[in-house]
Amino acid sequence: MSHIHLKDVSKKFGDTEVIPPLNLEIKDGEFVVFVGPSGCGKSTLLRLIAGLEDVSSGRILINGEDATEVSPAKRKLAMVFQSYALYPHMTVRKNIAFPLRMAGLSSTEQGKKVEDAAKVLNLSEYLDRKPGQLSGGQRQRVAIGRAIVREPQAFLFDEPLSNLDAALRVGMRVEISELHKRLATTMIYVTHDQIEAMTMADKIVVLQNGRIEQVGTPLDLYRSPLNVFVAGFIGSPKMNIIEGPQASKYKSASIGIRPEHIAISDSTGTWKGTIGVSEQLGSDTFFHVKCEFQDQSITVRAIGGLELAYGQTVFLTPEKEHLHRFDKDGLRIK
Amino acid sequence: MSTQQSRSAAKVMLAPAVVLLMAWMLVPLSMTLYFSFKKYLPLRGGDLGWVGFDNYTRFVSSSSFWPAIGTTLLIVGGVLFITVTLGILFSLLLNQPFWGQGIVRIMFIAPFFVMPTVSGLVWKNMFMDPVNGFFAHLSRAFGSEPIQWLSQESILSLTIILSWQWLPFATLILLTAIQSLDSEQIEAAEMDGARLLGRFWFIIIPHLARAITIVILIQTIFLLAIFAEIFVTTAGAFGTKTLTYLIFQRVLESQNVGLGSAGGVYAIILANIIAIFLMRIVGKNLSD
Amino acid sequence: MARASSKRSKIINSLIAWTLGLIIFFPILWIIILSFKTEGDAIRSPIAVVISNWTFDNYFVVQDRSDYFKHFYNSVFIALGSTFLGILIAVPASWSMAFVPSKRTRGILLWMLSTKMLPAVGVLYPIYILFIALGILDSRIGLVVVLMLMNLPIIVWMLYTYFREIPEEILEASRMDGAGLREEILFVLAPMALPGIASTVLLNIILAWNEAFWTLNLTAAKAAPLTAFIASYSSPEGLFYAKLSAASVMAIAPILIMGWFSQKQLVRGLTFGAVK
Repeated sequence: MSHIHLKDVSKKFGDTEVIPPLNLEIKDGEFVVFVGPSGCGKSTLLRLIAGLEDVSSGRILINGEDATEVSPAKRKLAMVFQSYALYPHMTVRKNIAFPLRMAGLSSTEQGKKVEDAAKVLNLSEYLDRKPGQLSGGQRQRVAIGRAIVREPQAFLFDEPLSNLDAALRVGMRVEISELHKRLATTMIYVTHDQIEAMTMADKIVVLQNGRIEQVGTPLDLYRSPLNVFVAGFIGSPKMNIIEGPQASKYKSASIGIRPEHIAISDSTGTWKGTIGVSEQLGSDTFFHVKCEFQDQSITVRAIGGLELAYGQTVFLTPEKEHLHRFDKDGLRIK
Repeated sequence: MSTQQSRSAAKVMLAPAVVLLMAWMLVPLSMTLYFSFKKYLPLRGGDLGWVGFDNYTRFVSSSSFWPAIGTTLLIVGGVLFITVTLGILFSLLLNQPFWGQGIVRIMFIAPFFVMPTVSGLVWKNMFMDPVNGFFAHLSRAFGSEPIQWLSQESILSLTIILSWQWLPFATLILLTAIQSLDSEQIEAAEMDGARLLGRFWFIIIPHLARAITIVILIQTIFLLAIFAEIFVTTAGAFGTKTLTYLIFQRVLESQNVGLGSAGGVYAIILANIIAIFLMRIVGKNLSD
Repeated sequence: MARASSKRSKIINSLIAWTLGLIIFFPILWIIILSFKTEGDAIRSPIAVVISNWTFDNYFVVQDRSDYFKHFYNSVFIALGSTFLGILIAVPASWSMAFVPSKRTRGILLWMLSTKMLPAVGVLYPIYILFIALGILDSRIGLVVVLMLMNLPIIVWMLYTYFREIPEEILEASRMDGAGLREEILFVLAPMALPGIASTVLLNIILAWNEAFWTLNLTAAKAAPLTAFIASYSSPEGLFYAKLSAASVMAIAPILIMGWFSQKQLVRGLTFGAVK
């Protein structure tokens, strides 16, 4: 049971305002992902919720109670850090038990909870090692173990997977999602990786320069991005953005079309272009097509195994129903 | 962590150190400045009134001033030259693989831990004594007349003693710096066709440049202030009076406090000029 | 990197390194030898010295004639006292600058360093008459205070660089885990900072033990530590090489041993963290 509400929260470092006043509601049990490019203020926002930074103005309510002045130790939130932040001088067992020890639990209770958590996270064999003797993935699990034992009001994750290699990252992503389904506790997760955001979130908060650009479910953001920034940030490969006369034809300053919503043909189509680099992924093929009305090539997703020669002339046709139109301020035209 | 509460706690925790150092700096310094404008002879009449900049001009125009500057420069320059040159060579050597690295390294560093009075007296008596010293025995064994080290070659003698003391410092710091050199850089240079000497000039020396500068600056500050080594060997005789020693004699031996204080102010200014360069380097490191 | 010549070059390197090492170390080795000889033998030619009889007498004579242990005790008292006091003042100061940096932190650190650059001789007389006025000339307490102040900047700097290496995130993690300031310092910060504090202590003891400007100028018979005691051999009577050697060996031995343990920290401390 935890509901987090940010009311007109802002943050200044000296004279620079990194987060202009913003409002955000996070419902009980939700998995919320803050996503945005580096320096967008997503980590700062998380640290404000954690209490590791003071807000410059506004209030933070946790379960309806004002927590703005409450120290991080008393907010009953657990955090998993990017560097894992394990205590190097303590064994895994002591690391996981630390929050319980701080909460004043008896050592038998501590021991039991640590054993339980270790079993869930496959850490039982490593309990007496120090963090220095563990691999990156194992350290990550210890950090998560330390967070779950104390049964917090909410979990905060600060780019927890960015130090893991690609294969491990996919595995941990699923594990964290499963953890959320099982515990049903509110989780706030910060990442710069939109794939992590799309795959894990119930609700995504897209941030840029400290401002919230859009809040919505992953599919909301994919289907109807509110502006050019969100359109370009969500989805992989990126949405193609086309400006100029080709956009004017659709009565807009710019239009966006995702690579998967363009048909490619060697005889007829709306736009004429030549094939540049093609990337064969097996399941899909991505073509970078050069069109004369645009410097940047247009990315097109086609079925796997389709082979087109470099320099070959092709025709592209965007699917009208998936065309996104934006005005001169970059805002979506309904 | 930058919450209000922790920031005010931080100020309280910093205060004692700042206040103490402030007092340690300002109180004696202002007293030295005060005395430097007075004719003050504690044993011969005490405070004889204000004399303006008289002490400053007299200190510089006294017959011992320029020789003292010359001695200081010779000793500091000589020790710097020897320790930096040998320090680079020794650190390169110690960085190579060889048997007994641990023990050899300890032998190289040991002189630094010998207290100044011990090294001064040991060199003076056991090595440089013209009758019973080790060098005298050695000279006689080769049939030549022993050198009167501390009286005839006094500045050279002091330079040898001080170099022996400071060589470990230079070697140790340069060795630490060499060890931080990325071996891939050396390998890349080898692939690019650089020979041993080329690698030394174009890769190792530039890499060491900062450490060398630091060694020079720190040693200069310490060497300008050397005292005990001279005190126990020549006591300032035979042309070994450095600026520091001259000031010491003016203040405590001849008890001409005004004159000595003016000299002290000169020494402080000189040290500060060098300190500015050192602080630049150290300060740059802080913002990394 | 396996090369045909590597074995041969290792032999050559070893020969050069050992030869140079022995030359550098020789003065210390020589006084160790002399300290076990009679005064008569100690002034003979090097070969005669080495083959002459060995004796422990000098070590006892030094103690009997000049109360060596009094001076040894003074050295220990001054070195440990000034270090302890310095650490006590520097730990909170460095802690606050490392973990709660402000706009002035950099300036304060550099200013502290600049006080270390002040040539002692420039303030010799003021300190001298202040000591007389306070009645602490030739007292251990007086030296403890002066050496503490002299080395305080180095202590602050060393601790600062060590504290800076403790990742901020770990401290934040402890706060998230429910630790208050007291628990944070006790259970997380202190254990992680301990190695750094230990090496700072070690280096500072070495520096204080070997300090030879203030100890020579501010002490006489009563509070003289070993530096000043050894200096009394500069105007000797009769034969004294063996006794001087014995006294010197005893004076440098404790510090030589400590120094061997603190090579790395020495670099960091003496370069104010600029070379690590």
